[in-house]
Order: sequence, then structure tokens, then C-alpha cells
Amino acid sequence: MELEYDILVIGAGPGGLSAAKAAMQTAARSDKACSPFRVAVLERDEIPGGILNQCVHDGFGIVRYGAQLSGPEYAEIEIQKAEEAGVQILTGCMVTEIRLQEAVPAETKAGFRPGFAVTVITRSGYKVLQAKSIVLATGCRERTRGMLSIPGTRPAGIYTAGVAQNLINRKNIMVGRRVVLLGTGDIGLIMARRLTLEGAEVLCAAEVMAEPTGLARNVRQCLYDFGIPLHLRTTVSNIYGKGRLEAVELSEVDEDLQPVPGTKKRIECDTLILSVGLIPENEVAKTAGVKLDPKTGGAKTDAYLQTNIPGIFACGNARAVMDLADFVSEQGEIAGANAAICAAYAEGGAVQPLQKWEKNPHNAALKGLPEENAVTCTLCPKGCQILAEWDPEQEKILVTGNGCPRGEAFARQELTDPHRILTTTIRSVSDAPAGSTAGRLIPVRSDSPVPLDEMQELAKMLRSMHIPAEHAEKVRRGDVLAAELGRDHVNIIAERSAI
Amino acid sequence: MMGEGWCRSMQHFYDVIIIGAGAVGCALARELSRYELSVAVLEKDGDVAGETTGRNSAVVHAGFNNRPDSLMASLCVEGNEGFGQLCAELDVPFRETGKLVLGYSAEDIETLEHLLAQGRENGCRDLKIVRGEELRELLAEHELTGLQCPEAALWSPHTGITNPFLYCVALAENAHENGVDVFLDTEVTGIEAVPENSLKVSEAGRFCLQTRDGKKLRCRYLINCAGLQADRIARMAGAGGYQIYPCRGEYFILDKYELSMPVYPAPPKKAGGLGVHLTPTIEGNIIIGPSAQYLTEHDPAVREDYACTRPVMDKLMEEACQLMPQIGEMQPIGNYSGIRPKLSPPEKGGYSDFVIRAEKEVPGLIDVIGIESPGLTASVPIARKICRMIDEAERAKAGPAEEQSAADSGLRLKPDFHSTRQGILRFREQSPEKQAELIRQDPDYGEIICRCQKITKREIRQAIENPLGARSVSAIKYRAWATTGRCNGGYCLPRITEMMTREYGMKPEEIRYRNGASRMFTGWVK
Repeated sequence: MELEYDILVIGAGPGGLSAAKAAMQTAARSDKACSPFRVAVLERDEIPGGILNQCVHDGFGIVRYGAQLSGPEYAEIEIQKAEEAGVQILTGCMVTEIRLQEAVPAETKAGFRPGFAVTVITRSGYKVLQAKSIVLATGCRERTRGMLSIPGTRPAGIYTAGVAQNLINRKNIMVGRRVVLLGTGDIGLIMARRLTLEGAEVLCAAEVMAEPTGLARNVRQCLYDFGIPLHLRTTVSNIYGKGRLEAVELSEVDEDLQPVPGTKKRIECDTLILSVGLIPENEVAKTAGVKLDPKTGGAKTDAYLQTNIPGIFACGNARAVMDLADFVSEQGEIAGANAAICAAYAEGGAVQPLQKWEKNPHNAALKGLPEENAVTCTLCPKGCQILAEWDPEQEKILVTGNGCPRGEAFARQELTDPHRILTTTIRSVSDAPAGSTAGRLIPVRSDSPVPLDEMQELAKMLRSMHIPAEHAEKVRRGDVLAAELGRDHVNIIAERSAI
Repeated sequence: MMGEGWCRSMQHFYDVIIIGAGAVGCALARELSRYELSVAVLEKDGDVAGETTGRNSAVVHAGFNNRPDSLMASLCVEGNEGFGQLCAELDVPFRETGKLVLGYSAEDIETLEHLLAQGRENGCRDLKIVRGEELRELLAEHELTGLQCPEAALWSPHTGITNPFLYCVALAENAHENGVDVFLDTEVTGIEAVPENSLKVSEAGRFCLQTRDGKKLRCRYLINCAGLQADRIARMAGAGGYQIYPCRGEYFILDKYELSMPVYPAPPKKAGGLGVHLTPTIEGNIIIGPSAQYLTEHDPAVREDYACTRPVMDKLMEEACQLMPQIGEMQPIGNYSGIRPKLSPPEKGGYSDFVIRAEKEVPGLIDVIGIESPGLTASVPIARKICRMIDEAERAKAGPAEEQSAADSGLRLKPDFHSTRQGILRFREQSPEKQAELIRQDPDYGEIICRCQKITKREIRQAIENPLGARSVSAIKYRAWATTGRCNGGYCLPRITEMMTREYGMKPEEIRYRNGASRMFTGWVK
């Protein structure tokens, strides 16, 4: 590990990877940028990709690549692009502090600081790295039961959706069998499907608001597809169980979101999954004195994505939680490019105009309840509400409301034989001790949609399948791991190359 | 998973068996381990400190809240004086923060004056009532200007805070190192007391204990430190007449905020507790509580009903905001409750004194009952008192006829007692130079597993490999302090789980939160 960099990006999720890539590309275009220009991404996990690695489901990449990618596929593409641009990706690196350098050389232009000292804890040592600019791409964390202050006992069996996702998709650990979901954030919805596909019974989803908070597409394909009841204006008002969770009490809520007496309903379950919001993670930002937006908890930036500290930029969920990874990547590119311009300027390089983030990505995907009588297109996160009606005059089905031609085909199929992409994992028997069934998981998906009514059966089939370690170690993204399954003879392909 | 104690001890006969591994049971185990005695501690939970000891405000009291001439007063004052030294020996965090009791009305101030007089009589040092300019200066000096400004306050400079889990773990580990067997997950289900004149006594001890898992253990002295179950255990051993009235106190834990010392309201009269107060924790969080609510059901299981309830939670917040208005803007990260094993019935309220009694009808049985606040502070003095009682009983057994050797007939000190114990080194508290050196020594120091509290893999490893053999998630939580931050374990729990399954060979379904029934997972996904 070198000790001096032009730019350090903190976090190798979608935001950080594209920020680093854009910084390298911007520097390459600039005639005055110092050479070699050095950009590194510091990632605390052992592999780059961030939370994308545990998002084995599809729905990524539609904006940037016009494709239906899974999290690991999207991550691999972004990692590859960053590496091709010359970015160094340093994993196993936990940044604990960013300090502003005290001494300001006289020749430095006003408003720019010469740099930052970044403390990094790694297995190979305690490091202090120098950088001219910083991009914060530290993502977000989940709201917890503790923050919600739900009354009741504190049994085992209560997990936030992201923790359950990590345990199930990366650690091969099953969290429970009879599940209630509180909150309808996208990760929670995705986990309702994931748990169902892995053999758990998801009893219901409760949402305190009048509308689900996640995408309409996910309400359709994660709850409705599997007949999971959705209770709106409902919350968990009590938790029972001494050792393991035994039951939750659901109550309807009034206008102030307080439980209405007399509406209590006890549901026996062993697991409660919480999907009740995300909070920008800014522990590191705070060490540098970066100001946070009190409303979002994210790093406050100007239109150029620069924080109150000149030279420190922020992007993605660390700045404000976004619905789609694609937008995070786009924002990362702007933050990274601006950081590069800033670093070059600090060196006395040419002054290029900074780019503004002007997108309002909040209306890009339909959130909330799907419309009744409409087909919710699940091909992409937009979630078009498509009407397909029989027109007696023309004597054919008329399709309206689709945003693209694929939507029409989807709606027609949905009326006769709904299909979905199946996403799950396959176990590789590798480093597990003898006699144990532990093994690494490979994220996989079907290469084309499978009949909806066949999904659970196929997922079960893949649950009992495993591939030998020596094979798993050579797996490349797109490799067929199981061929010609089910009615439609789909192939099951690896979402990520072995690392 | 059984502790090393179990493997090491093939004998099932002890001089002394202690029932209950809370603060008093563990302090007693450690005090007794100074002597030539074989000692065992039996704990029904999967770890020490699981009930009243681990569920309170973690305040080391000065001793002004209790009636003069009570055991509570004298043992608390003694405990407070020795606490710093004890924590230094055992590598337990302790901070003498001082404490303020706030008075807002004439009635409050009368209460403060009463507490001052009582405290002085009890021997508390340096207590005083501060008002006016002096009070304002004191508040400013301790950065307490956010408090709703009181008329007057009782200032107790020697009150402190500790970490009750680490305190209890340290006592138990030190006792264990000095030869005490600690049996976790070992619930006593039957006690047979052999009549004293029986021949069997000399050969096998007076008491025969049966446990839920089928062990049979014998001992000469049986010390009942069973906390919330102490009346039941006493009855089982043949000493009736005790009734515990469980009184629940609920708490909020807030995220990390500055608060220099515990601040209390003037204690409400006749209530079961000291009133809802704000307390900083050693780790930098603020806790709010406790409420005081008697649990009236007769079902013994109710004594472990550690639920939090909506009305009480709302009231805690309301009362806390009366002391410090900004509390309303602070972020809670958790709730918990504890249960006081009170001897004072609901209609009476207030405090009954500790009972520490050698039962005449059941020779060899010492009952330690009603140990509520200030039991944590007083735990070592309580233990010393019990040691003296055992010593006296041993001397009495030798008989007045042998006066010559009476000096030798009591408890004999062990020459090889180790009074110090080393806890887990906290990486985050070290200087950068030291951190760099630690990572060079062991790369596991370079892997941060808990991001909120900056706890390294090395510390988690040490917590998993704890000498008492407690192998639950909460055992790791309380020893290394992982999962306790604002993300509630969102980052570290999957990583700790991975260590337990991959590096320690546990199956997912074997991992439990605390006790046998608290299974975390149902198995492998596939």
C-alpha cells in the first residue's frame, strides 16, 4: 500500500467505485494533472462491491446499462471499470479518522487545503494515508428496533432486513421459519421473497404508513406473487418471547401513527424482520468535521457535491438515501470528477468547471401500492402500471401505460402465464470442516424468466444442489451452473466470478 | 457448552456452594477463593450477571439513600470506599463521576437536607448541598448547564459509575483462576439438607443439591445468592418465611451524548426506587430510568418478565425531559428492564434492609436475600460479611473446648491467591503507536468487527474464548462490548456469527443469544 494519493474514496459500493473511476478518467483528460495520478478506494469488507454483494436479486443496471442485472453482476461490472481506469481497490481497510492537515503551504490557493490524513486500520498494519481530495461513499445503515422503541421483551429472532440478507445470502445462515415483516422498505420486501424461496413462511407484512415505502414493483413481485398479506396503517405494538421470539402483536394506527386500542391481533411467529428506514452512515465524515444535514443525517453538500470542508465530497447514500444503485453510481461519477478537478487545482493545475448534480431521481421509479386492475411491470424499477383490456371493436387486447415495448409483451404474458427471473444462491462445498454442511455461497439467477408458479420448486431444487470447491473457484460471471431446469428449460448462471 | 470448571472438577463435593452468579455470588466466590476451601458457583443462566446485576443504572452509590444502622448503609459506604481499588485490581472500568440530586421545590429541598444528614451519619464523605452561585458554578464546571435549573442540589463527589457486566465477569474470572468452579446453565431443582446429627455429614456434607441437568453436588455450606429466586431457594433448603416482591424498572438507552455524571431527582417517597434519573455509562451513552412497577402475578416466571411497556416508556421520556429538556431530541438506541428483588411489599414501598443470615434451623445455610440497590456497590462488603460468618461457624464447630487451636480452626488464607485479573485489552482506547504495535503483534487487531464501538477481531476472539466458557452472543457482547452501538449489531453480528461457525465450529442452530431457549438461527440455509 502506498501512502500518498491524489484522491481517496471511502467505500467500494456503487458510489465509491464510480467516483474513483471518474476521478481517474477526469485526471487523464486534464493536461495539467500530475502524473501518475493516484486514486484508491478503501473498503472495509474483504471484497469490493459493498451491499451489492448481498443483493443477489435483479433490478440493477436498468438506467446505466439498460439491462436487468443482479447486485453482484452490477458490482462486478463497476469493479472492472474502476480497475480498467487504473483505480487501486484496497479491501480490508477500515477508515477510522480523517484529519485535515494543519500546515497550509503559502502557495496554496485560497479555499483549498493541501490535503488530508486518513487513518486506516488493516490486518497489515496501522496506516496513515495522505490525500488531496476525499470522496465519502460510506453508504448507509438500517434503523433498528432500538430506535423504534417497540415495547415488549428482547428475544432472539429480530433482525433488520439487511442483516437477514447478509446472513442468508452471504453467510448461509437461516434466520427463522415463521416470519413477520415490519416496514415495507425495498430490502424488507426483497427479503420477504428471499425467505419464502428458502422455505420460510412469511405470514404478513405490516406498514405503519398508508402506502408501502418500497417500489410498487417489489410489492408486486415480493408480496403479491407469493400471497403474502400486506396490512397498511398497522404496526407491531408488542413483542413476546423470553428466549426466542414467540409472537408479535399487530395494531392499527391512528393519524398520529399511534396504536388504536382494541385493534390488537397476536401473531405467533419466530422471526421479525424490520425494514423501517435507512440512515446515511457518517461516522468517518464526522471525524473530519463534515457538517451533516439534520433532516437526512447525510453529509451536507453543495450542488457540486462538495461538503463544508473544501476537498471533501460526498455521494450516494452517505449523502442522502436513494432508491436505485444506478443513481448512486451516477452521483458518484460527478463527485469523483469534481474531486479530481479539485485535487489538480490544489496542485496548481488547470481550472476546469465543476459539474453539478441536477438530477431529481425520486420520480424515476414508482413507489407504493400498485394500481388495482393494472399489471405492474417488474422488468425494471420504474414499475409501469400497464392496462391490458379487451377491445371488442378491434377484437384484440389493447395495452396502454407501458413505458417501453418490452412492457407490452410483459403485460400480455402476465395475463396468461406470469414469469419472473429467479435469483438465489448455490452452495459450494469448499473450506467447510469435515462433516459440516457449511460452504460458500455463489449468487445465481435464471438466464431467462421462469414460470412464477414454478419458482419455489426450482429454488428448493437449487437449495439441495452444490458444486465442488475446485469448480467453484474457477466460476466466471455468466457460467451455467445448472442447465435446462423446469418447464421452460432455463439455465442457472453465476452472478459473480470467483474472487 | 460447559465451562472449564466442569471438566476440571471431577469431584462433586465442595466446602461451599453458592447459588447465583450475580454480583453478590461472584464477589463471594472471589472472596472465598482467598481461603483453603473448595468452592462452586451454580448459575441457572448461560452467563453471569444476567439478571438484576446486569439490569440497573450501573451507579456506584455513596450510601446516603439508606437508613442509618442498616446493612444497606454501612455496606454501601464500605463498598464505595473500596470500589476504585477493587476495579484497578480486576481491570474493570470505574469512574468517580460524582452525582447530583436535584431539588426544585421546598419539599424537594427538605428531602435533600434529610439525605445530607442521613448520609453524614452513614459516613459518606464530602456531601454537601449547593445553591445559588455555587450551584451555577458547579453545573458550569461539569457541563451540566442543559439541566432544568434546580433551586438546590445535593452534591456527592464520590459517587461513580462502572460496567456491571465486566465487574461481575471479572469477579467470576478471578475466582475461577483461584480455583472456584463456575457452573453455568446449572439450575438447582432440589436441595436435601441432611440432619446435623446424621453420620453422613462428616463424610459428604450437609447439603445435597440436584440440578436440572441431572448433576448431584454436595457441600458443607450453602450460600443462597439467588436474587429474584432467593425466597424459593431458601424454602427449598428448609428456611421458609421469605417473600420476594419483584419490582420492575424500565430503561431507555440513548446514543452517545455528553453527560458528566448521574443526575437524580429528589427521591419520591414510598416508591420502590430512587426516581427516574439520567446516568452516563462508561461507554458514553446516556441511560434513562428506572421506573418502579411491582409485578403482582404469583407465577414465578413473572420474575423474569423483562418486558418494556408503552405507558412506562412514555413516562420515562417525560420525566427525563423534566430534568433535561434536550433529552427529547436525543436518539434512543434501545430499551431494557431490570427487576428488583424487594422484600418490601407494594403496600409499604421504600426499602427493607438486606437480609444476610445464617439460618439457625438449617445449619450451614446462609441466606442473602433482598439484595436490591445498592447491592452492586455493596457486593464485596456483603461477601466479606459472609466470609466472616463462615469463619465463625468453622470456629464454633471446632468447639470452645479446643480454645487453644481456635485461631487455626477458622478459614485459612491460601498462600497462592492471585488478587489481580487482566481483562480484554481495548484496542480503541490505545494510542496510535500502541495500536500499530498491537497489529504487528497480532493481525486480528487490524480487523475491526464492530464498527460502532471499534472492536477488533482479537477482542471478539478473546471474548469467545472466555475462561468461564460462556458461549453465547450476549457473552461476547458483554465482554467485548460488541453489538451495543447505534447499529444494534447490524454490522458486527453477521461477522461474529461467521467467526463462531467457521472458526469455532459451531452450528448455526447452536448459537444462542443468552440461554438455551434463545436460539438465534434455525440452521444453514443450504
